Amino acid sequence: MAANNGDIRYLTPPSVDVKKKKYCRFKKSGIRYIDYKDPEFLKKFLNEQGKILPRRLTGTSLKFQRKVAQAVKRARHIALLPYVTDMMK
Amino acid sequence: MLNHYETVFILTPVLSDVQMKEAVEKFKAILTENGATITNEENWGLRKLAYPIQKKSTGFYSLLQFDAEPSVIATLETQFRRDERVLRFLSFRLDKYAFEYAEKRKNVKSKEVKEN
Repeated sequence: MAANNGDIRYLTPPSVDVKKKKYCRFKKSGIRYIDYKDPEFLKKFLNEQGKILPRRLTGTSLKFQRKVAQAVKRARHIALLPYVTDMMK
Repeated sequence: MLNHYETVFILTPVLSDVQMKEAVEKFKAILTENGATITNEENWGLRKLAYPIQKKSTGFYSLLQFDAEPSVIATLETQFRRDERVLRFLSFRLDKYAFEYAEKRKNVKSKEVKEN
């Protein structure tokens, strides 16, 4: 125990919640078109009630957030995604 | 000016397979008569709807991709509205990224068909 304690002695306690930087997954992986025909993928951007998650939670860039919204709305129109629901996940 | 378009429509599940194909052929014929060239078509078959439409919980999905004049869309959509077999339809112009994606999808699909 004593040897271990020697290893982990900090002058200032390390911050426990290191904020992970959010990033836009489309920019990172080079996706340029978001397909509305793939409801499973679009579900990543919806909450349990089927609402579109805000950018501040997903980290998507503005450009792609607009495209996500467009894709989700198209998917809803042709009944691939529900307009209103509960316990989707 | 020619544009790339994509349209998805849902047909009622009460149709038989033959009737369903017939309906799809009808809309393809409307397109070609108006000078559109069909580049891709997909049949997703009977799928469950995320919410009921006209009290039906399933439907036949079909997808058509075509190059056409903008005016063709109006005629196609009036035909969709007149046809009571169609539950829902969605058509829109493909932008350049969407077109790239559509081409890729088409190629992947044709490869799969060949392998099978």
